Amino acid sequence: MSSVNKSLLIPLAVFLVLVVTLGVGFSLKNPHILPSELIDRPFPEFVAAELHDPNRKVTREDLKGQVSMVNVWATWCPNCVIEHPELVRISREEGIPLYGVNYNDDVDKAQAWLRRYENPFVLNIVDDNGKLGIDLGVYGAPETFIVDAQGVIQYKHVGAVTRDIFETEMKPVIEQLRANQSVMRTAEAGS
Amino acid sequence: MTVPASSVVGLQGRLLKQVVGPDRHIVNSLIARLLLTIVLSVSSISVLAAIDAYSFPDDNLRERYNSLIDELRCPQCLNTNLAGSDSMISKDLRREVHRLVLEGKSDDEVRDFMQQRYGDFILYKPQVKASTYVLWFGPVVLFFIAVAVMVKLLARRRDPSHKNVLTEVEQNRLDQLLSK
Repeated sequence: MSSVNKSLLIPLAVFLVLVVTLGVGFSLKNPHILPSELIDRPFPEFVAAELHDPNRKVTREDLKGQVSMVNVWATWCPNCVIEHPELVRISREEGIPLYGVNYNDDVDKAQAWLRRYENPFVLNIVDDNGKLGIDLGVYGAPETFIVDAQGVIQYKHVGAVTRDIFETEMKPVIEQLRANQSVMRTAEAGS
Repeated sequence: MTVPASSVVGLQGRLLKQVVGPDRHIVNSLIARLLLTIVLSVSSISVLAAIDAYSFPDDNLRERYNSLIDELRCPQCLNTNLAGSDSMISKDLRREVHRLVLEGKSDDEVRDFMQQRYGDFILYKPQVKASTYVLWFGPVVLFFIAVAVMVKLLARRRDPSHKNVLTEVEQNRLDQLLSK
């Protein structure tokens, strides 16, 4: 049967191309995880109170100077409790400042929550109306950002931070940023 | 949502005309209760809808707000617009849309504001740009390919040289099969 009309195979080929395209397209990524638009953009401007010091006004200038992590959390967020021990560990062992954004929450509840679960944060930005959250493109807590020394967002993770995610995804980013920073410092010192 | 009181009474009166005898009072109170329940449930719907109701200086802004929350997608949900979602982020984003509309921002500026923060995901109607050309023009291209194929097939059908296209070998094979 070598004389099969080859043009008959075209629909089959088209169908296979469709199957492969759609198959790859739909399985590539979790549709719940949105790509962040904020990567490589400066941390949004904000002026907000500090959770434990309402008179203090925190701005994005407070985040600059060294590589840091910004964690968006809330007392109503179940995954925040799950990831909290890892945040505490990072704050103790990794030598990176952790800034909290207390998102759409109540100050009293948030303070009690941190007393109960331990406070890993250098400071906590009160975002009680979700305004900073919107500027950060947050659509559900917890979300964690890595911000470089110049205050530019370099990485975002949606969902709980686990030991595995920290080691495989976040730590390499942090180390890379620190390396860049020290290169820049030497360049400045040399000039 | 208001039901004119007179029509309620009128309806009740008309229903009552068909009921006579000692049962009349019981039926009367039952109908009254039923009508009261209907009126209350209807009025409570309007109260629920009013929880998120923002005020607008004019109807034009209200219409723009409504159409924007209708066409923007809730970032937390996979297939719900801002208008239809009860999630916290949708409430916050509706508030932002309201604020931006009142500040005099154009529809495109509101869309850009959302797109800069939440990406293309939030736009139910994606922008026309390099990464969405396939989405926008793919169907048109496919349509023209389909038309071209159809035209070619029809032309071939009309072309007399394509009739009786069996080769000699095929014809022999066919004859052989038919003679079995």
